[in-house]
Parts: sequence; C-alpha cells; structure tokens
Amino acid sequence: MNKLKIFKNGVTTENPILVQQVGMCATLAITTSLMNGIGMGVAVIAVLTGSNIVISALRKFIPDEVRIPAFIIVIAAFTTIIDLLMHAYTFELYKALGVFIPLIVVNCIILARAEAFASKNSVMDSIIDGLGMGVGYLVAMILLSSAREILGNGTILGLRILPEAYEPMMMAIQPPGAFILLGLLIGIVNYLSRRKKA
Amino acid sequence: MELVGLFITSFIVNNIIFMQFLGTCPFLGVSKKIDTAAGMGIAVIFVITLASIITYIIHYAILVTLELEYLQTIVFILIIAALVQFVEMFLKKSAPGLYKALGIFLPLITTNCAVLGVAINNIIYEYTFVESLVYSVGISSGFLLAIVLFAGVRDKVDYADLPESLKGSAISLITAGLMSVAFLGFSGLQL
Repeated sequence: MNKLKIFKNGVTTENPILVQQVGMCATLAITTSLMNGIGMGVAVIAVLTGSNIVISALRKFIPDEVRIPAFIIVIAAFTTIIDLLMHAYTFELYKALGVFIPLIVVNCIILARAEAFASKNSVMDSIIDGLGMGVGYLVAMILLSSAREILGNGTILGLRILPEAYEPMMMAIQPPGAFILLGLLIGIVNYLSRRKKA
Repeated sequence: MELVGLFITSFIVNNIIFMQFLGTCPFLGVSKKIDTAAGMGIAVIFVITLASIITYIIHYAILVTLELEYLQTIVFILIIAALVQFVEMFLKKSAPGLYKALGIFLPLITTNCAVLGVAINNIIYEYTFVESLVYSVGISSGFLLAIVLFAGVRDKVDYADLPESLKGSAISLITAGLMSVAFLGFSGLQL
C-alpha cells in the first residue's frame, strides 16, 4: 500500500472518531475548549505513533499468545512518558485534562492500531499509519471542541468572536452538549459520505 | 451519613456516563438489548469493585512505600488486565452459570476506561479505604442504571422513522445527550 493512501485512510476513510467511533470517552469529556481538544489530540498522536513504532519493530519477537499484554505495556509506557512531560511543561493543560491523560492507555484506537496494523506492517508504514490516525483524531477533536467553545462561550482559543450580546448556550459546554453535538457531527459526516457515494 | 451522601453523589449526581463520560464505549456498544445491557452492568460492578480494592491496596502498600507513584498507570492497567483474566478463569471453573451470563462481557471490560478511571480517581481524591469502596460501588451502580435505561430507550428509537444519515450511532449519541439533560437536573444536589 502506498504511503499517501495509508495516511489518508487514517484521516478520512477510517477516521477513528467520526467513522470508526472508537475512543469516545476522552472525546466527549475534554472537548469543552479548543485548547483542550488540541492538547489531547497531540498527546494521542504522540502515544499512537510511538507505540506503533515500537510494536512494529518488535513484531517478530513478541509471541502471539502474549501479544495483547505486551502491547498494553508498550502503550502504558508511552502514556506515562507523555503524562510526565505534560506535567513538567504544560501544567495548565495537564490540570484541565486530568484523569484523561492516564486514560489514553485504554483508548481503544491505540490498541486497535497496534493489533490491526503495527503488528503486521513495517516500521515506516506504521509511523505513517500512527500519524494518519492521530491526525484524524485531532481533526475530529478540533471540529467538536471549536463547535462547543463557540456555542458555549462565544470564544475560540479564548478570543471572543461572537459579539457580547450573544448569550452563551451553556448546554454546549456541559455534558449533554458533548453527546448531542458529536451525534450531529457524525450525522453530518454520514450525510456527506452518502452524497459522495450517490 | 457522609458515606450515604458519597454513594448518592457517585451514583446519580456525578453519574459516570452522563456526567463524567467514562466507559462510553461499552455504553454505546452493548446497549442494544436490555438483558445484555444488564449483564454488562453487573459484570462492571463486579470488576470495578474488585479492581478498586486491589489497586488501592497495591498503591498504598507498594507504590507509595517504594516511592514509585509515577508507575501508577502501568501497574494499574496490568493489575486490571490480570484481574479480568483471573475472574474469567475463576468463574468458568466454579460458577459456570454466572460465567455463561457474564462471560462474553468480561474480556471487553479490560479496555473499559471506567475501571482504570475509578481506580485512579480513588487515589486522586485521596479517599480512605471505606470511602473508595463506597465510591466504586456507587459509580459502577450508576453505570448499570445508565446502560439499562439507555437500552430501554434505544429499543423504542429503533422503530422510529429517522433521516437515513442519523441512523445508528448518531441518534444514539443524541439520545444519550437528552438523557444527560435529565441527569443534569441532579447537579448541585447537596446531601
């Protein structure tokens, strides 16, 4: 498979959130502002690419029977690294994301890529797959978190874009808004992909 | 009395699904029928409670004494994975009836972020042992409540006349959002 196709596969065709719908917990929980969404997306790209590299490099040495625990340890190690780095350098973001940083370990998308792609393909292809899927995740996070921040707060990245007179739709940044807006977003994606097919 | 308050808060006010979004994957995945949803919910209560007890003891007995708190994530996920495997083998041998009922859900629970989330929250909130026990039972009962209610609603939604694009997970998420509005009504409830 050529490299560009692998990358595009992750971003659009098999977008982890909008098409495959895995790893929803963090997506719903921390998308209250665009900054949080970007931070989480970048953290996931780092863990996903890192674990894909290590797992594909070790794919010939890991016995088939214990592959899942082995994958989980690799993923947990990368998550811990990101956790410590964010604690040290981006403390505000670290506090805002809270428990969802360690929870990257159980984000289904990472284990799914390890099992479905990295354990069967070369290191180079796995890096591209990790980046593609990660960027796909980031794009979905940006769409959802900017929608929530604009509707719920009238701002984007803290800058006011809607006039003061706009009454913020509180619900958008509260839990129900996350479910409803993600539902609508997936609906829109379904609509567009159906139109493209027809 | 404080413990009753903690139970109610974790059960309803801070409902794990509708307020905290932990465990959304099985919530959306295994909620097509009420009885499978209930099976999943009971399995989750069982595993979360057991996992909280063990991770709590290991955290304070081993990680804190050896000053290895930064290994928390790795250690906890391994404990949970091993625990789920062990529970599965134990039930298969000693309680085949229960195993048949819960069996298929058990492996899925390892990647249920609710289990790891509750174990980590017990430590973050600095609960005592009894408090963490009450918190885990409350949170996991909240999961059972949420998934059973949701499965009931979804049963009806299946027969509704929907726009083609909204069918499937899109409408499920919107339904969950509307249910979450109802749970929002409990927020601010003081006990």
